[in-house]
Order: sequence, then C-alpha cells, then structure tokens
Amino acid sequence: MLLSNHVPDASCGGMKRSALWLLLTLSISACSRDSRPPDFAFLLGAEPETIDPTLSAGQPEGRVARTLFEGLTANDPVDLHPIPGIAKSWDITPDGLVYTFHLRPSVWSDGHPVTASDFAYAWERLLNPKMAARYANMLYPVANAEAYNKGTLTDPSLLGFRAANDTTFVVTLKSPCAYFLDLCAFYTLLPVPRTTIETYGDEWIKPEHIVTNGPFLLGEWILNRHIRFLKNPRYWDAEHVYLNVADAYTSENINANFNLYMTGVLDWLDSGGVPLFVVPDLLRRSDFHVAPYFNTYFYRFNVTRPPFNDARVRKAFFLAMDASAITQYVLRAGQQPAHSLIPPGIPGYTEVQLPKRNIEEARTLLAEAGYPNGQGFPKVEVLFNTSEAHKQIAEVLQSQWKEALGVKVDLVNQEWKVFLNSTQTLDYWMARGGWIGDYLDPNTFLDMWTSQNGNNRTGFADPAYDALIERAGRTLDPAERMQLLHQAESWILDKEMVILPIYYYVVMNLYDPEDFSGLTPNLQNQIILKGVKPLRGHRGKPRDVHAPVMAGE
Amino acid sequence: MGAFLLRRLLATIPLLFAILALSFLFMRSAPGGPFDAERSVPPQVERSLRAKYHLDEPLTAQFARYMGGLLHGDLGPSFKYQSRTVNEIIAQAFPVSLTLGALGLAISLVIGIPAGVFGAVYRNRPADYGIMSLSLLGISIPNFVIGPLLIIVFCFTLGWLPAGGWGSLSQMILPAITLGALRAAYIARLMRAGMLEVIHQDFIRTARAKGLPEPAVIGKHALRVGILPVVTYLAPATASILVGSVVVERIFDIPGLGTFFVNSALNRDYTMAMGTVLLYSTILITLNLLVDVVYAALDPRVELK
Repeated sequence: MLLSNHVPDASCGGMKRSALWLLLTLSISACSRDSRPPDFAFLLGAEPETIDPTLSAGQPEGRVARTLFEGLTANDPVDLHPIPGIAKSWDITPDGLVYTFHLRPSVWSDGHPVTASDFAYAWERLLNPKMAARYANMLYPVANAEAYNKGTLTDPSLLGFRAANDTTFVVTLKSPCAYFLDLCAFYTLLPVPRTTIETYGDEWIKPEHIVTNGPFLLGEWILNRHIRFLKNPRYWDAEHVYLNVADAYTSENINANFNLYMTGVLDWLDSGGVPLFVVPDLLRRSDFHVAPYFNTYFYRFNVTRPPFNDARVRKAFFLAMDASAITQYVLRAGQQPAHSLIPPGIPGYTEVQLPKRNIEEARTLLAEAGYPNGQGFPKVEVLFNTSEAHKQIAEVLQSQWKEALGVKVDLVNQEWKVFLNSTQTLDYWMARGGWIGDYLDPNTFLDMWTSQNGNNRTGFADPAYDALIERAGRTLDPAERMQLLHQAESWILDKEMVILPIYYYVVMNLYDPEDFSGLTPNLQNQIILKGVKPLRGHRGKPRDVHAPVMAGE
Repeated sequence: MGAFLLRRLLATIPLLFAILALSFLFMRSAPGGPFDAERSVPPQVERSLRAKYHLDEPLTAQFARYMGGLLHGDLGPSFKYQSRTVNEIIAQAFPVSLTLGALGLAISLVIGIPAGVFGAVYRNRPADYGIMSLSLLGISIPNFVIGPLLIIVFCFTLGWLPAGGWGSLSQMILPAITLGALRAAYIARLMRAGMLEVIHQDFIRTARAKGLPEPAVIGKHALRVGILPVVTYLAPATASILVGSVVVERIFDIPGLGTFFVNSALNRDYTMAMGTVLLYSTILITLNLLVDVVYAALDPRVELK
C-alpha cells in the first residue's frame, strides 16, 4: 500500500503558526489591561446583573453601586445608621412629611457639579415605568411615587420631589416614614449622570463611558472575573479614601474562592467563600469573623391548604421542633435558633419572643385540630430549592416532627426557578424561605405579609393586619410606632404562625484585621470600601493553612 | 470533495434550525421565568420587563424575531445580565474556554500519543503495563478529584502555582492538566490499540524488509495509520473538552463559557441558553465534518463522495 503525502510541509507549518497565533491572541484577549497589583482584593459575590444603580436588585449589584456612587445619605460603616453623604445636612418638618436636603459642593468624576437636579433625574428614572426597575418601590413613601410607577399618574411634575436650586433638594412624603433617611442611602436612590446616560444609552455603564460621584471609579469590568475600582481623586472626601486600586472578584465557586483567600489572592470574603465543612476548623482562627446578620431562615406555611389552614397545626409544628439541633450539628458557625422573624439588633425595637419547644402542648394542639397522635394527618411536604444545607435542615425537622407529633412529612426539592414558581402559585404545603432586611427597620420584615404584597406567598390575607401596618407607617412617635410593629410581628407569629422561624443567619467573613482596618462586619454585611485602610505594606502572602492562629473570637 | 463539503454544509442548516426550534420550545416550557426572584417583582414592573424583552408576544412571533436577529448575527440581549448582549458575553467568555480547551487537548495529545506508541512498541512488557495502568487510573479518576488534588499539591504544599483565576500562563497549567488528563489516558489506549493493529500488517513488514530503521518504520509508516482512531476521537474529545470545561472552570474559578452554558438554563436566560446551544452545536457539527475530511486525507482507502 502506498501512502501518498497529501499535506505539503509548508502549509502544515502555516497551520501550526496560525494555531499558535490564535492561541496567543486568545490568551492576551483574556488578560486585563491594567496589570497593577491591587491594594485590596475582595469577594463581591455573583457576577452583577448590571451596575446601573437604578436597575440594581441584589447584594453584589448594591455593593458595586455604593462603591461608585454616593447618595443624599450614606450608611455608617459600623451600625449602618444614616450619615451625611452628598447632603451635608437636612431639615424635616414637624409633621415628618417634608425633607429639605442641603447638598455639599461636590463633583462628578468628569468635573461637572453634582446638583439637586441629578437626584430629581435619578429618582424620576427609577420610578419611570419604562425603566422596569425592580426596586422602584423603595421610593413609594414619596408622594405620588407609587401612582407614577404604576402608570396611573403620568405627569412627573406631580412627583413629591424637586430641585429648589442646585444645592437644595426638597422631598414631600405621602405619609411620615421613620426610615426615610435610611432609604436615601439605598442603592436604587443613588444619583446617576444624566448627560452620560443620554449620550450612551444602555452602554453608559461601560468602563469607558461611566461617570460616577462616589469614592471610586470603575477601572475595568471583566465578565465573571473581577471589577477593578480606582480611587476617585475628585470625590469630596477623597482624603478619607485609603485604597488606590481595589479588585472585586465575581465568582460563585465557594471552594475556589476559599482557595483564593488561603493563597493570599483575596483579602476579604463572606460566606460566598466559606465551605460549610471547614467552619469548625475556621472557628479556631483569628481571621474568621462571625457576627449577627439581618437575615432570617424560615419556612412559609401555605395557609390556604389543609392541614395548614388551621393555625393550631401550624403552632404545633413550631412547638414540636428544636432548631438548636440544626444550629449545633448542621450549621455549626454560631447561628442562633430564631425566636422571632425579625433578627435582634434594631435599636429601639424588641422582637417577639416565641415560646420554647413544648412537645406536650404541640400534641394537644394537634389533637384539638383533629389529629390525635398524628392519626389521620394528611400527606404534607416540605419544599426547598435544591441545596445540601436546605436538605440537611429539612431532614432534622422531618425526624423531629415524626418523633414529637407522629406525623410523616415528605421532603421535596426543586430547581430554583421551579421552586419560585411553586411558591408564587401557592403550590406547596411548607416552603423554605429567607429574608435579608433592606433597611434597619422592622417594617422591612413585616410589610411583606400584607394582602397584596408579592413577597407574601403564604395565602395569608387579613385587612386588619394591612391596616395595622399602615397605621404604624403613619405614626410619628418612634416608641408608639415600634409598639405597633411589635404587635404586627406578634400577629404573624404568636397569633397566626404564618411562618415558622428557624434560625438567624450569621455573617461569616474571613479577613485579617492586622492587614486592614475598616472591615468590622455590620448587620447587612455591606462592605464599605471607603473606610478600608491597609495597615501594613505586604499583601498577597499565602496564609497559614494548618495552624489556627489563635483561639476564635 | 467540493460537492461533498457543499452537501454537508447545506445539510447543517436544517439541522441547526431543528436544534434551535427544539431548544426554544424546551426552554419556554420549563416552569418559572427569567424575572422570577426570591424578592418578587411588582406586577407592573414584570409587565414592563416582559414588554421590553418582547416576552408578551406569542411564542411564534418571538421565535421569528429571534431567527430574524440571528440572520444578522445578533443573538439578542441577555435576560440575566441586563447590560450585556449574548454576543458580548460569548465574545468575552468563549476565548477563555477555547484557550483552556486547546491547552487541555494539547496536553492530552502530547502525553497520550507517545505513551500509546511506546506501549504498542513495548507491548506486554513492564513499561506497557505501567503506561496502561496509569491510563486506567486517568480514565477512572474524575476531574473533580484530580483538580483539587493538584491544588493541594501544587498550591498549598509546594506553593508553586496559583489556586485559581485566569490571565497568566501559571494560572492555566493546572486547569489544562486537569482537563487533559482523562483524554490523555483515553488517547494513550486508542493509540496503543491502533498501533498494534497496524504493526502486524503487510506494509509494515515490507518496510522492515527493505531495511528501514525501526524508528522510521514506526514514525513514518505505522503512525500515520495507527493514529486514525485518535483522529476520529478528536472531534468528540474537542467537543467534550469545550462543553465539559464547566467543572474545571468551577474548580479553578475560570471565567469561561461553561458556567454560562449551565447557568443560562437554570436562570431561564432564554437568549443566552439559545446562544450557547447554537455555538456548541455549530462546533460539534463542524468538528465532525472536519474529521471526515482529515480521515480522507490520512487514509487513502477513504473517499469522500
């Protein structure tokens, strides 16, 4: 047999060369343009869906927006209370309805002054139905905002805010709102640069176009890799910005993120980089920080579907469970069993204190509901989105309910979007839920159970509860208002047990306080880059994997 | 040859259309939508969002709109990453996966081919047994075990290489090895089998009889035919390396397309899912075609009609 030579050598060499060239270009295209090492690198979380503050709707997006932009108020890095931002001061009328903000002199990163009309523009943009902003309802306390956002009012001049002059921004609320200054620091209310948006349209957030007014500029944004922040020399308080280059890593790979921290690539990460199985070891390290989080893990009851349409059955399920088994043996990082829906820690508010486990009473309640010793109890399911942790938690509860009440509960997991669909359409018995408060006020955990609220998803609807929430909203006296909100929480838990509180999440952050200051965890686990300060020159050294530095904090 | 290529290329069009139509239908029949989230979207916002992305139109109109865009090379906006188009995401992420895949494939060939030839030449001797045992190991250990093992050794114990990320050559080494190991083992076995079959054939005996030195017999004559099974395997290997890079991308935190391929379906990011399906199908079809062509070029017994 003859083997003829079909491929001439020259073209073969050409092929090799072009393949090499292709590979080289590809590798280069995947590299960043800015090769400087960062002063600080941290885990942002998932790749942001957008960095347009108006359209943002999640933690990573919020972290970016607050780094690039500054609102009328900002959050105190430690306890998050509202502090002056672009507004250097404000006056509030005694009826709590009109806020007059006095803006400090400050400029955008292109040198133009930040004026009151920038806020008016950003807020109208947020409420404009065409923008379809998912967090537009944060402005609903403002007069006519809701109607405008829902399209029933089309004249923007009727909105309850206006620029009286360049440095005075006047806001009129529809009713008093005790947490309005907190809202002013929320990311969807941040100012945005009108000229840039009008010039570039949706492309305005690209690094080459974006104009910002916060402590940092957008250096580069590489998909699924990192966002690079550069110090904004034009920021009004630039002397208190200590980082020149900061990288925010965008990744959801928990183990990989943990490896990056341990090898010294990352300086800070939150639970998005803490694999559950290393928690017991981490607890002995001095760079592992566990702190309270404004976030509760609970189960929703579908109160429209038997047997959970009977409040006695719902209460029996609560009294029969012991969440400390979950916090001690499944979670293990110092989480606390929940005795309320609202996590402790809001100044001036006392959360509900639900009774402890009481199996006798649970059995009595179940018997009263018609199921003595669990006899005749229909088939029920616990629904959760697919995840190992959710499964383990459900298994603990399943065995507790079986043991204490003699009822059989099936476990069902669904892929995330299917799960959401099931809870929205009330196609479940019990479903896993969680809620991070948007602002430090009980209302963020309570108004969601009103009849028309899309986050309710339990079928619970009581006009009297709606009225109570509304009344609390209108109440000016802080102590009286907190009392009303406490009543509302008690209604949801003691009276109706619409949800089954299980535990309070904790913040789990890894960082070395000897390397950086300004990273003390806060209730919302916001990372406020403005105050982060390097304490010693070297970073990027691998960390000691084996020897825990000292006893845990 | 020309007519063959033309016919195959033409057949690709209805095939791709069918793939797209089916993916479109499957995506839309899955429960939940792109805008469902833990925090519900107010109804009027959902309406605006649906209108913005034309989800309020009938399915046929949406499909027609998508195909119309496709004719202009426009894969549409991503529903999840609102500020980016699918074209843009693929342009950023695919080169990363491609580089990783190319390196992985290169490693598997550079290790697999010599190992297989070596095994065939020294068949049934200790060296052969050694290579075959190693390859058995390579085939049996999944990459989600190899990857972390490599990280423990090279990043934590020796401290030579970075544990993840992407950009520098040092960050590419471990993922490429992890990705290439399984295929290297497989290629070694294929190569050995191919060579063993050839070595006993008449033309090899002839080559030896006319006095050619052994390296020339193996390198020049036997290799060309013995490599055919490997060539056939290259297309599915390349495809599986590109599509299957998702696990390696996760282990080493690499910003490639694999993550989007999986997540787009979970996120109900309809356009992104369609875009990745289209890309990967095109790659698969092209690679299969390429194999047929290369096969004909290497083995004179094969004629393309």
